[in-house]
Amino acid sequence: MENNLLEVDKLQVAFRTDKGEVVSVDEVTFQLKQGETIGIVGESGCGKSVTSLSIMRLLGRTGLIKKGAISFNGRELTQLEEAQMREIRGNEISMIFQEPMTSLNPVFSIGNQMLELIHLHMKMSKSEARAYAIEMLKKVGIPRAEQIIDEYPHKLSGGMRQRVMIAMALSCKPRLLIADEPTTALDVTIQAQILELMKKLRQESQTAIMIISHDLGIIAEMADKVLVMYAGQVVEEADVFTLFDDPKHPYTVGLMESIPHLEHDSQQKLFSIPGTVPHLHAMPKGCRFHQRCQHATEQCVTQKPPLLTIQGSNGHRVRCWLYQEEEQVVSGYGQNEVIA
Amino acid sequence: MSLANLKTEQEPVLQHPPDLGLGEEESYLRMITKRFFKHRLAVVGLVIFTIITLMAILAPWISPRDPYEITGDFAAEPSAEYWLGTDQVGRDIASRLIYASRVSLAVGIGAVAIYVVIGTILGAIAGYFGKWVDMCIMRLTDVFMAFPYLMVILVLVSIMGPSLYNIIIVLGLLGWPGIARIVRGSVLSIKEMDYVKAGITLGYSTPKIVFQHILPNCLAPILVNATFGIASAIIMEASLSFLGMGVQPPTASWGNMLTEAQSLTVLSTQLWLWIPPGLMILLAVLSINFMGDGLRDAMDPKSLR
Repeated sequence: MENNLLEVDKLQVAFRTDKGEVVSVDEVTFQLKQGETIGIVGESGCGKSVTSLSIMRLLGRTGLIKKGAISFNGRELTQLEEAQMREIRGNEISMIFQEPMTSLNPVFSIGNQMLELIHLHMKMSKSEARAYAIEMLKKVGIPRAEQIIDEYPHKLSGGMRQRVMIAMALSCKPRLLIADEPTTALDVTIQAQILELMKKLRQESQTAIMIISHDLGIIAEMADKVLVMYAGQVVEEADVFTLFDDPKHPYTVGLMESIPHLEHDSQQKLFSIPGTVPHLHAMPKGCRFHQRCQHATEQCVTQKPPLLTIQGSNGHRVRCWLYQEEEQVVSGYGQNEVIA
Repeated sequence: MSLANLKTEQEPVLQHPPDLGLGEEESYLRMITKRFFKHRLAVVGLVIFTIITLMAILAPWISPRDPYEITGDFAAEPSAEYWLGTDQVGRDIASRLIYASRVSLAVGIGAVAIYVVIGTILGAIAGYFGKWVDMCIMRLTDVFMAFPYLMVILVLVSIMGPSLYNIIIVLGLLGWPGIARIVRGSVLSIKEMDYVKAGITLGYSTPKIVFQHILPNCLAPILVNATFGIASAIIMEASLSFLGMGVQPPTASWGNMLTEAQSLTVLSTQLWLWIPPGLMILLAVLSINFMGDGLRDAMDPKSLR
């Protein structure tokens, strides 16, 4: 129980650009146990995908992990050779992408692509591998799998292709599945089916899942615990129930308020958080959210808030000065403004 | 389990995506073949090219005489005995013409095969790895492209000694920059595709990704370029042979047969000496270019019809 499958510790990722080095993800720390699902939310450009790519060590030539450690199943991923990393990719950690329409190679049949993968990571004869591929396709709910396996990707719809991608990602029985916006490009009914499928497969195989999304609905549906990221930092971390019942960080609160609800008056304007994410080159000195925060104080402008654990909670952490003292958690925002 | 069943029932609508004009073709290849055969000129080209190829393969059986045999008649006019007449040393022109098609096809296909391999590998490496690798390879291409092509070939051939194999090698070693650039361009765009990234996340090695996942996707431009390349290699061989730096007599090539048309008397009075080889070059090159055009149109994804 205590063994974490994945431990990310104070991860810092930087990219080299023309204007010098830019830190894209800073001080990201989280743990993931076998069979657990973690959701990462945040708006575009806040480092969600970079975090997942750095676990896979796929930051490209310009990106590098500057600080921190990523320990997977007892191995330190940041220290591994490229060849060792290749054995982990697809085999122990696999990934599904946002765009199922372009994630399959158009010139090879579904079967070709699946068999290639199975050959690479598993010891199986040709006929066994084919039977296994068909079995995997059936498992993800593809009808007529025996025929579909010989089809080319352009014959399949987006939902079907995403199923094939999931079948491929899961065929080597990975311990960790990273799903980067797995349903964003799909329409709503297919989204629900894919999410149901992922839940079912998670139950069967005890795979840990890291799901990245900007859709709080999906996170609420899938995740056990949630990281809210803003401008490359984790601003709030909690289990999914706590987060939705009692969001603490003004950014999380803002995110929740900007979800449209059916009960909303049709005349009512949907809430939106003013402003945009600060540019990576010009990160504010204090709290990175202070320019957009209604509750910002002098302290927020000048001092970087640490990730504070809320007293009496089970691992609910928030990066906000509003919660620096326990009694202020109770008494709300008012006092802070007095201090300011 | 019930969940899977439920989905199977919902799915049928999705199994048959709307007919996007792709029709019933089973594969990309069949679709291209179909479109190619709709292109009239391309089919004409294919027919002519097939005839020339058959001529080259079956030369010993279909040529009326031995191409090297010197008959008693010098520069004889076309007749029942000598279909296209004889040349100035008395060899049968029809037979020489048939044997010469072997030379032209060998040069065309041989040289292109060499430079497609070189160009594709260099282009793929440059495109995929980028940075200084790309920089080095592309500057090398620029250097090769800056050569005065014909002059360099002439010099190289005269150093190595004019022969069929040397021409193939020289043309092959000099022709790759065009292909390299095309492949680099395609690889640059294809390497950003999600399926390449997916391939990396599935743990494939870099050579596997470059050569097995990316290259098959740039096949269309390579093929089209190679087709046109064959035509220009044939012309190049003809020019070299015409200049005496190509295939050496007595071996017949369309180019060196034209050499005989260097005097005004031959040009004006002995038409059978130079019109047939000239026509053959024209026909071969035109047919290949038509095929290339057809292929390009067939492989252009925008001409989905």
